[in-house]
Amino acid sequence: MENPTVKARVHITLKNGVLDPQGKAIAHALDQLGFGGVNDVRQGKYIELDINESDPDKARATVDDMCAQLLANTVIENYSIELDG
Amino acid sequence: MKSAVVVFPGSNCDRDAATALEQATGHAPVMVWHGDTDFPEVDLIVLPGGFSYGDYLRAGAMAAQSPVVRTVIERANKGVYVLGICNGFQVLTETGLLPGALMRNANLKFVCRTVNLKVENTETPFTGGYDREQVIQIPVAHHDGNYFTDPETHKKLVQEGRIAFRYCADESIETDVGGNPNGSLDNIAGLFNENRNVLGMMPHPERVAEAAHGGTDGAAMFAHLANSLS
Repeated sequence: MENPTVKARVHITLKNGVLDPQGKAIAHALDQLGFGGVNDVRQGKYIELDINESDPDKARATVDDMCAQLLANTVIENYSIELDG
Repeated sequence: MKSAVVVFPGSNCDRDAATALEQATGHAPVMVWHGDTDFPEVDLIVLPGGFSYGDYLRAGAMAAQSPVVRTVIERANKGVYVLGICNGFQVLTETGLLPGALMRNANLKFVCRTVNLKVENTETPFTGGYDREQVIQIPVAHHDGNYFTDPETHKKLVQEGRIAFRYCADESIETDVGGNPNGSLDNIAGLFNENRNVLGMMPHPERVAEAAHGGTDGAAMFAHLANSLS
């Protein structure tokens, strides 16, 4: 008997127009390595959650609350949620 | 003036803040652990500098969800004075008590040096001990001090006189300084909430509060608070 669980994958990215100096540093390093043609790099966060919930709609709503309250700073970040059964 | 200093796991400027407060008021502040939901009524609450929760996820993000912070928010909304220094400023923006966000320094470096600050608004208990447009020297030590907010909010802050300090380069003063250390919008180093009872600032006034520190420009903040609040 397993408890039904859902895996949620959250991507957190900086909003357009927010300065990303870490992205720029990565772009510079790629360039130094010889990878030409990289126009821009933006860096974000990826968080995996394993939660006890069988109803995907409830799971998504819960993860959405988690993002809005803690996982993302909605002043400067966007987030997107994918669920794996 | 009765005061309290909140201590999160990873705070490291709580003792210096307590020393500055004791020096200004004559008695020690109460130290409040982040897990406590209640603490004595005080006139001033200080959220000190440091690396609460290791700056994991985002600086100040998890500290902002601590049990004690709910109480701090309630009291701030009732008019109790709150001073957030460095990590404390980050916590205040994460709670929404102050608008905007503190991002990674634009030059990607951890900056640890003395900066020049222009005191922009002296009509509060925090800043009344300075002259308008006085330039003071206060140290900063941070990796995430780049203040950002949207244009409408920025306009509001300017119109309402809520910018407390701006970084400036003052060539007439010979110290190892030079303007904005972190790329923050409009050189903002500190700002007030609408009611001006909450101040968040990236520089550390508690680190220049006595002669042994090598500078005393921070002392006037604590002294004026002690004289104004009771």
